[in-house]
Amino acid sequence: MSRIRSRAKAFAAVALAAALAAGCSSGSSSGPAAATGTQDSVDAALKAGGEITYWSWTPSAKDQVAAFEKEYPNVKVNYVNAGTNKDEYTKLQNAIKAGSGAPDVAQIEYYALPQFALTDSLADLNQFGFGSFEKDYSASTWAQVKNGNGIYGLPQDSGPMALFYNKEVFDKNAIAVPKTWDEYIAAAKKLHAADPTKYITSDTGDPGFVLSMIWQAGGRPFAVDGRNVKVNLADAGTKKWTAMWDQLIQGKQLAPVKEWSDDWFRALGDGTISSLVTGAWMPGNFISSVPGGAGKWAVAPMPTYDGKPVTSENGGSTQSVLKQSKNPALAAAFVRWLNHGGGVQPFIKSGGFPSTTADLGAPAFVDQAVPYFGGQKVNEVLTQASKDVAPGWTYLPYQTYANSVFSDTAGKAYLNGTGLDAGLAAWQQAIVDYGNQQGFTVSAG
Amino acid sequence: MATLSVTRPKKSRTLTAVMALYLLYTLVPLMWLVINATKTQASLFSTSGLSFGGPFALFDNIAQTFTYNNGIFFRWLGNTLLYVVVGAGGATILATAAGYGLAKYRFPGRRAVFAVVLGAVAVPATALAVPTFLMFSKLGLTNTPLAIIIPSLISPFGLYLIWVYAADAIPDELLEAARIDGAGEFRIFLTVTLRQLVPGIVTVALFTVVQTWNNYFLPLIMLSEPKWYPLTVGLNQWSAQANGAGAQPIFNLVLTGSLLTIIPLVLAFLLMQRFWQSGLSAGSVKQ
Repeated sequence: MSRIRSRAKAFAAVALAAALAAGCSSGSSSGPAAATGTQDSVDAALKAGGEITYWSWTPSAKDQVAAFEKEYPNVKVNYVNAGTNKDEYTKLQNAIKAGSGAPDVAQIEYYALPQFALTDSLADLNQFGFGSFEKDYSASTWAQVKNGNGIYGLPQDSGPMALFYNKEVFDKNAIAVPKTWDEYIAAAKKLHAADPTKYITSDTGDPGFVLSMIWQAGGRPFAVDGRNVKVNLADAGTKKWTAMWDQLIQGKQLAPVKEWSDDWFRALGDGTISSLVTGAWMPGNFISSVPGGAGKWAVAPMPTYDGKPVTSENGGSTQSVLKQSKNPALAAAFVRWLNHGGGVQPFIKSGGFPSTTADLGAPAFVDQAVPYFGGQKVNEVLTQASKDVAPGWTYLPYQTYANSVFSDTAGKAYLNGTGLDAGLAAWQQAIVDYGNQQGFTVSAG
Repeated sequence: MATLSVTRPKKSRTLTAVMALYLLYTLVPLMWLVINATKTQASLFSTSGLSFGGPFALFDNIAQTFTYNNGIFFRWLGNTLLYVVVGAGGATILATAAGYGLAKYRFPGRRAVFAVVLGAVAVPATALAVPTFLMFSKLGLTNTPLAIIIPSLISPFGLYLIWVYAADAIPDELLEAARIDGAGEFRIFLTVTLRQLVPGIVTVALFTVVQTWNNYFLPLIMLSEPKWYPLTVGLNQWSAQANGAGAQPIFNLVLTGSLLTIIPLVLAFLLMQRFWQSGLSAGSVKQ
């Protein structure tokens, strides 16, 4: 019995592979691209109504679901906060493996999306004609939800990197806002020498931050082609970043404070950490969680290597439709509403940074003077950053695992001062070994 | 025997110092927890970790902890109690009955059971969590309290403890005497054995209660709806709220919740420790 079933499975896999190959070849040769459908079935499902389950930890999720149900009273959305990032992915992965128990719609961060897309766990939204939304999103976020020819979600937020700095501390120590990384390192040294209790920033080894920095420096350490993965954490761009950041680590210029801890919020408030290179979603967190910094902080473009503006993305999520969904059309309708309809405004209101070009360009958004930042029009800086994101970035198809072993490998460079290159080489080894065990063909270099 | 004199052992300065360090190591985190549970979220970020500061907000925090998010903390507390009472309680009963049976009855396959139980002690529960999940998913039991209670009922270590304890604490003569008096096996278990086993049972109960109370990974994997979470997973979810975009840190509630969470365990230890002590000294003197 089980043998028959596994044989049927194998047959299905072969058929699927053949279909994929056919699709790819027709796509590459000027024929019609991936199979696209229309939004008719989505509209019909919305009219018919029904019930779906939604997993998310976005603070605005509750309000969004309430607003959606008000607009479509015949649809019931069971909102479940199934855990934040990794916790949710663990549960999703288990439910997928078990074949039941997954929600219809789930929030998935961009870095984790390839892992679910590649294991064929998500519905390709091309079948509902969502491919036509491309022009409505910033190029960098659209690239994140695309995998091959498939579209596996609609972008929710975006995190173009920028420099947040404590103007009060900078002014007091006569430090100009650094435009290049050389100036940034000089500022770090000057500040710490003048006041040993103050640091330019903190970093205890956060893989998401590291990848964003490599991305900005021009490094493209991961290349993915189906099940073939190439890893090179020693390419020119990566080395450019390690050479720069090593100066801060080995010069002990980084505050030893863990991100998102109570200490970290405290250090941001009292000036111990005087700048932060992070995603454009940060202002909301400043306002809600760092009351002590009000009126002191300001935003500037991310420093670069040659002074020309270029930045990268940090963080950001999408909402995807799971293959397990019994009503994928209705689930897709909800996703469309969330990130391409009525759900966008409540999200921006809760402090999220949108990925829709219309909202990024809206005067009400761009010209808003934010009192916390001393009346600065912070969105002006941040929307510009969203246009300066360097293209061509790819995450690993098993990035959540890779991130989970970061501190055991590359993290050592932060503790022992052994140098980031050696640390990244150890990380690369772990990534290659794991990938090959999981059935990928991973090569280094 | 006569050569052993009953003198007081000498005090060792090194040992005293080591003990003091150990005490400090144990108490500082607890102190930190108590101190910081009295602070508001704002003063938590603005005052030093090991000193009181800002307004005294402990009672405020407790009130907030119980009311935040429609009082979900109360529900989590109830869930944890349910898992502990049914899960750990059931585990203790099963371990007692099975341990006693294995210690005092001869039957074929006894050695095999012994080997399986010893093997089971060696397997960490975390390693079994995912296979257990897949199994429960097939049965359609995931995301229900049964998914936590059923695995908690099995305590190979508890069974082993009772077994070892029963082998020593219950003389075979006693059972034989009871049998001659005409008591059935079940009646012997209930009236003769159980009383003898109390220290062992309390020890096992303490172990399983602590284990179930602190259980984190299994409920994390099994449950996706917050309404079935135990305190451990729920508090972690509150703590994770401080993470990443749109962070909403409520560290003050996490700390207060943690403090409230350990109080029942401390009470359980205080109430049961005297039984435990008498249990640990069993067999140390010749009767």
